[in-house]
Amino acid sequence: MRRLTWFNATSLTLGFAFLYLPMLILVIFSFNASKLVTVWAGFSTQWYGELIRNEAFLDAAWVTLKVGLFSSTLATVLGTMAAYVMVRGGRFFGRTLFSGMIYAPLVMPEVITGLSLLLLFISIGLDRGVFTIVLAHTTFSMCYVSVVVSSRLVSFDRSVEEAALDLGCTPFDAFKSVTLPIIAPAVISGWLLAFTLSLDDLVIASFTAGPSATTLPIKIFSSVRLGVSPEINALSTIMIGIVAVGVVTASLVSKRMIMRQARDEQQAVHT
Amino acid sequence: MSGLSDRLRGLVVVAVPYLWLLMLFLVPFGIVLKISLSDIALAIPPYTPTLDLSQGWQGLKDFFADLDFENFVWLTQDDLYWKAYLSSLKIAVISTFLTLLVGYPIAYGMANAPDEWRPTLMMLVILPFWTSFLIRVYSWMGILSQEGFLNQFLLWTGVVSEPLTIMNTNTAVYIGIVYTYLPFMILPIYATLEKLDASLLEAASDLGCTRAQAFWLVTAPLSKPGVIAGCFLVFIPAIGEFVIPSLLGGSRTLMIGKVLWEEFFSNRDWPVASAVAVILLMILVIPIILFQRNEQKQREAEQ
Repeated sequence: MRRLTWFNATSLTLGFAFLYLPMLILVIFSFNASKLVTVWAGFSTQWYGELIRNEAFLDAAWVTLKVGLFSSTLATVLGTMAAYVMVRGGRFFGRTLFSGMIYAPLVMPEVITGLSLLLLFISIGLDRGVFTIVLAHTTFSMCYVSVVVSSRLVSFDRSVEEAALDLGCTPFDAFKSVTLPIIAPAVISGWLLAFTLSLDDLVIASFTAGPSATTLPIKIFSSVRLGVSPEINALSTIMIGIVAVGVVTASLVSKRMIMRQARDEQQAVHT
Repeated sequence: MSGLSDRLRGLVVVAVPYLWLLMLFLVPFGIVLKISLSDIALAIPPYTPTLDLSQGWQGLKDFFADLDFENFVWLTQDDLYWKAYLSSLKIAVISTFLTLLVGYPIAYGMANAPDEWRPTLMMLVILPFWTSFLIRVYSWMGILSQEGFLNQFLLWTGVVSEPLTIMNTNTAVYIGIVYTYLPFMILPIYATLEKLDASLLEAASDLGCTRAQAFWLVTAPLSKPGVIAGCFLVFIPAIGEFVIPSLLGGSRTLMIGKVLWEEFFSNRDWPVASAVAVILLMILVIPIILFQRNEQKQREAEQ
């Protein structure tokens, strides 16, 4: 059954062309010498030069990076705690409400999340800036982290945890020395997801950022609203490049780890 | 001693994320609900009444007496709003259907690809998800515009004699939604197709089915849970979408996310913006519950 018919080959080719051609065009035209973005006028890297000299973009990039690092780290800690509570917590008061609050932000339209957080910050008199964006991003990305981590917590063998407890570990020690190493890959991918979500977010950041803090998506959005700009093409190319290198490296590393694990297991069986 | 500190640690593990979500998720909703019942005012913050606890019980009573459903009545009277809700629903339905049409063959092709290709194909589907959503929408601006690549290509091949107007229309919004949400459609369908037992198709062909018949009688019904999940994953976020209609859509593209944004940032009418948000949430509750049911059913079927 697993054979590549002409139909499957065509749909895969067309499908992946559809997914990748727009980004490819963007990358190619970031090296265009002309300011007219749809007319090719020779190879040039001038837009990258202008991008680097543009202070506003650099500032925005720095703010975005700061927000991303803080919020994803905080979200990973909170999300892992929440996942642990959901999977291992047993029954406690308000459990249904808790799980509702974990899943609701995943389906909530961004405009509503942004609006509600802004109204909160204003009504408690919190000045908007980097800090409020971090709070907002942490809140929605901790839910994604907790979904990723809890799926790993559900699937692994609980008896190793119980063994640690039987051997005299406190629950906290058992978590630290048994559970955490096992769920570590999920925690790491949760962090990466939270980081990407934070770097990517326009709507929630627009609501919760005051005039003092501008993130990269806010800056990009305000400059492309009026049309295509070659500087944004250059910026997009850099971002696409970083993601592509990151994802390909991560998948190669995890592939190698899986292969090594399989080999170790085989050796363990043979000896 | 250690029993006590363990219990304390356990309490902290529950309490910290719980309080965080209460404070930054549930309380803000209460505030949205409250402001949706308030009136617009030329003040800071721009609505009345504001809760003044220094007035004691009387202040609290006055506060509740001043809340009303005026903004919701206003939403039903001004046809901009219900037109925007209906048009959001229409755009979400059409683009979900289009995403299914584009996504199903890709998922099918992936499920039938040689085994050693599949991890790579899987990675290629997920990769766009890691790149910026904003940039993926933006990339279509240069393609769809009057002098963009699509028109250049069509004119060059002679398919059309005059450039098509796609940018700033609903068509551009459909293309944008299909493009950005395609991975959400492909992945659940691929997951069901991959698990499909090939011997069922062999049985169908032994019993005299053609390939097309076998597809309709075996593959399509068995992939239904994936199709439903994929449709919800596209439909639910598409309704409240803001970035795609504001970059690719025109001034005549009405979507509720955009209306809310403009009500808040341009008109500075916070009470109406809050009322728009409350109604949007009520509309979304139905598909979200249906989606949850579908997931539950699938989980039960797997056990």
